[in-house]
Amino acid sequence: MSARGLAGLRRAWSGRALVVAVPLLWLGLFFALPFLVVAKISLSELAIAMPPYLPLAEWADGALSIVLNFGNYLFLLSDGLYVAAYLESLKIAAISTLFTLLIGYPMAYVIAMARPDRRNLLLMLVVLPFWTSFLLRVYAWIGFLKSNGIINNALMALGLTDAPLQLIQTDIAVYIGITYTYLPFMILPLYANLSRLDRSHLEAAADLGARPLTTFLTVTLPQSAGGIVAGCMLVFIPAVGEFVIPALLGGPDTLMIGRVLWDEFFSNRDWPVASAVAVVMLLVLIGPILLLRRAQAREES
Amino acid sequence: MRQKFPVMTVIAVLGFVFLYAPILSLIVFSFNESRLVTVWSGFSLKWYAELFRDTQILEAAWLSLKIAVASASLALVIGTLAAFALVRFGRFRGRMALGVMVSAPLVMPEVIVGLSLLLLFVSMEGLIGWPGGRGLLTITIAHATFGAAFVAVVIQSRLVSMEMDLEEAALDLGARPLRVFFDVTLPVIAPALVSGWLLAFTLSLDDLVIASFVSGPGASTLPMVIFSKVRLGVSPDVNALATLIIVIVSLAVTVAALHITRSNRHAAR
Repeated sequence: MSARGLAGLRRAWSGRALVVAVPLLWLGLFFALPFLVVAKISLSELAIAMPPYLPLAEWADGALSIVLNFGNYLFLLSDGLYVAAYLESLKIAAISTLFTLLIGYPMAYVIAMARPDRRNLLLMLVVLPFWTSFLLRVYAWIGFLKSNGIINNALMALGLTDAPLQLIQTDIAVYIGITYTYLPFMILPLYANLSRLDRSHLEAAADLGARPLTTFLTVTLPQSAGGIVAGCMLVFIPAVGEFVIPALLGGPDTLMIGRVLWDEFFSNRDWPVASAVAVVMLLVLIGPILLLRRAQAREES
Repeated sequence: MRQKFPVMTVIAVLGFVFLYAPILSLIVFSFNESRLVTVWSGFSLKWYAELFRDTQILEAAWLSLKIAVASASLALVIGTLAAFALVRFGRFRGRMALGVMVSAPLVMPEVIVGLSLLLLFVSMEGLIGWPGGRGLLTITIAHATFGAAFVAVVIQSRLVSMEMDLEEAALDLGARPLRVFFDVTLPVIAPALVSGWLLAFTLSLDDLVIASFVSGPGASTLPMVIFSKVRLGVSPDVNALATLIIVIVSLAVTVAALHITRSNRHAAR
């Protein structure tokens, strides 16, 4: 770059500060700061007031007293319901992520190996449902899964079953709902990875007489590990806190932590306990989030 | 060289069926005569007529539309600035924080984002009296925040793949950086701006969880109304609404995609 270009860049210095400051302040105020507020309120005591909690710090008789109430966390640990809900959420998210991978990998693979002129069309077919309403796509499954729904009607018409199967309001319905709605999040990083696959390795393996399956297992699969980790975490992390899918497709005993938080807030109006639930959920998810960041950084380089 | 695995192809085809079958059934049964949404009993448009008589749904749709336009436009500005800083500025103070805050909303469970924003709004109101109640303004701020993260990802990937020689040439010729941005960079990333805005717009139109937390009495968005209807069971007018949304979104996305492919091809020439 010439000297004049550099001078232009230097003149832009104040402009640069503005470009950085606007998103930094906005996201800091409305995305980062709220987490501190949640942490603060998770340490306060429930009160019948508006807002329904007591302040942490109080100024009385010339003394500042700060009361940190860990009772909400102790309550989460002692009441078996919350621990069970965390474990159940992790289990449901993990099983759904596995299903998503088992369907998503072949789809990403077939798209990556398709003729270049067809790839964009197939990719668009994957992304298009994602653009239409998430809520309505979950709703569509109610019509499929209920006792007089499409699946049961088909099974009974074919004579495969006499009485309708209980599909809706089960954990299976939740697995299907999560797998269905999060499938594009699995396919896109896998596709990005597989389309960059070094074809010369595949050819070398084939030239050396390796069977296609051997080549796939020893060359393709290990090389796509980064895409697999990224895709799995993009599905797993939001699935752990999912509310809509267990609320619409799950049964009363489908205990997911997102639903517990929702009820704690909207039904019990216990903001401090809802905050503690959120903080613990965040702590549980830190590991997967770091894993995702590492996988994404590796994929980009 | 192409590796062929019939199993993979079969699963992929079934995967596409899995993606589209529920959507198609939604559309088909929106034209059903009967109230049952799973048994076909004849063609009818009556659920569409019922939909347009439902003032609760129409008012909610109008509110959602206003929020989506406002929040997507805000998100476009914030997200584009963030993407530009992250891709073009090299090292700067706050880079790490900005990078984390741009990527974290993409995976953060919605219940956490919703609850934490609501608690922020309540605390701020206690301290400085702003934002003064909850409704359109607070939902717009919430949607602009996560929309900005999605916009930033879309614009970032476009900026990374963009050749910088045009911008450098303009700077060398003495153009001010702001002018270079508006005359050179902006036209090149325009397709990404369109898809970023559309993405933020549809995400806002679709959000139930975050809006439920940060909304106040009297401000019900379309997903909130749909959710309360759907919770009571399936109803064919929701199918009619779904069909309208799917048709409009598919048309918009297809037109945008065709336009982007054409302008990319044009740029490549």
